[in-house]
Amino acid sequence: MNNAKVTLENMNVHFGPNHAVKSVSLAFIENTVTAIIGPSGCGKSTLLRSINRMHDLVPSARVTGRIMFDGSDLYDRSVDPVAIRRKIGMVFQKPNPFPAMNIYDNVVAGYKLNNRMKRSDSDGIVETSLKRVALWDEVKDRLRTSAMDLSGGQQQRLCIARTIAVQPEVILMDEPCSALDPIATLKIEELVEELKERYTIIIVTHNMQQAARVSDSTAFMYMGEMIESGPTKKIFTTPEKKQTEDYITGRFG
Amino acid sequence: MQNLHLRHFKSYTATALMLLATLIVLTPLCLIFIHILKMGFSSLSLDFFTQIPKPTGESGGGMANGLFGSALLILLASCLGLPIGVLGAVYLTEFGGGRLATAIRFSADVLAGIPSIITGMVAYTLLVLPMKGFSTLAGAVALSLIMIPIVLRTTEEQLKMVPGTLREASLALGVPLWRTSLKVILKSAGKGVVTGILLAIARVAGETAPLLFTALGNQFWSRKLTEPIAALPLQIFSFAIAPYEDWHKLAWAGALVLVVIMFGLNLGARLLGRQKKYS
Repeated sequence: MNNAKVTLENMNVHFGPNHAVKSVSLAFIENTVTAIIGPSGCGKSTLLRSINRMHDLVPSARVTGRIMFDGSDLYDRSVDPVAIRRKIGMVFQKPNPFPAMNIYDNVVAGYKLNNRMKRSDSDGIVETSLKRVALWDEVKDRLRTSAMDLSGGQQQRLCIARTIAVQPEVILMDEPCSALDPIATLKIEELVEELKERYTIIIVTHNMQQAARVSDSTAFMYMGEMIESGPTKKIFTTPEKKQTEDYITGRFG
Repeated sequence: MQNLHLRHFKSYTATALMLLATLIVLTPLCLIFIHILKMGFSSLSLDFFTQIPKPTGESGGGMANGLFGSALLILLASCLGLPIGVLGAVYLTEFGGGRLATAIRFSADVLAGIPSIITGMVAYTLLVLPMKGFSTLAGAVALSLIMIPIVLRTTEEQLKMVPGTLREASLALGVPLWRTSLKVILKSAGKGVVTGILLAIARVAGETAPLLFTALGNQFWSRKLTEPIAALPLQIFSFAIAPYEDWHKLAWAGALVLVVIMFGLNLGARLLGRQKKYS
């Protein structure tokens, strides 16, 4: 319960000459929700994306330092980034279900696209995943209709279902509620509470109230540096650094 | 108030001028089509589609071998040109930043602009000379050289329009990049890519010059891919310049069929391109 699932050790990210993340060290405890907050452009999304090696696709990106996951360094030469992404899933800001697929196929897309789908298992996987995101009752009668017919909130829950269908251990969420209305946001936040029983969740958000509601630990970033991190209650009531306090109280950001 | 009347007048005048311009553009097209229809329709018969040309002097016959030959040439050219064009476009889209990619794009643009008779000469040098004979293969290669840049560029344009979020979603699920490119991005762009392919086919269906010294043409049915083959545009050409009235009539019929085929392909491409679904 108390071991770190993912640990960042002195991590730096450069995009060409731009030093986007500066010497960040941080541990994410298993089965908890950690929120990363900070003003726009402070490097939170960049930090998140280095955990599942999405920066591998950006030619100008350079990641140094170590990211320990289950005892081994994710950036070690012998590690296959594709395999990592099956264990560390990601949910994006704008819901992005595959438009050419129906709801059913979207949920099992992680298997289908990799030709790893066993017909006998797929029904079970679809039902389990959709139930876990509280979408099953709403869509069980129209699984073969287009995913694009769902509302924004439903699409995002579908994306989460798609992510958990491949049975990851960690779920990264990059401002998952930014594009949603308040009711849908609330539903996703409730979902995050439930999901943490099975997964370790790291959520980037620019909404401080959301961070306070949803997370167990919070980390505050500013201009690429990790200014302060700790239990959420502490960060929001008795922060140690003045910058943190200024941000929390809305003096800047 | 007077201002309003003046503006209305200007608006109507401008609209009228634009309508006039459109009519001016459409008129030659309609005239050509009507003329071909008039001249060729009477010579259309079942014979046209089922018989090969009769020996000189005899009346009757058709362009069956030309129709078949054109179809075969287009099929072979597609087998060569489509994979190269489509996969090349996928490469350019996924890894398209560097100098190699820029060079490829530039070469494709130049290739697209080369007069088709020169493309024919290239195929002549590459295939006809070493093989010591004209052949279907040479004709197919010449046509594929015309198809490749068209398919490459239109496919690339379509792939570029697929939102980057789709690629991210697929990669984040642990799908390798090459599978993402083919199964997600290419599939998403599907309709647009097919439209581009249809337009490329429509273009090569009517090409005559590159076939002049590659496929050469044939009065009879070809039996092997290494023999010369008849093609519709080639037959139209040779029949039109012949001194026989009968053959002229057949040439008009051939022209009509060719125009209808091209019209059909273009129309099909447009209709297909209309139904874009995702936002």
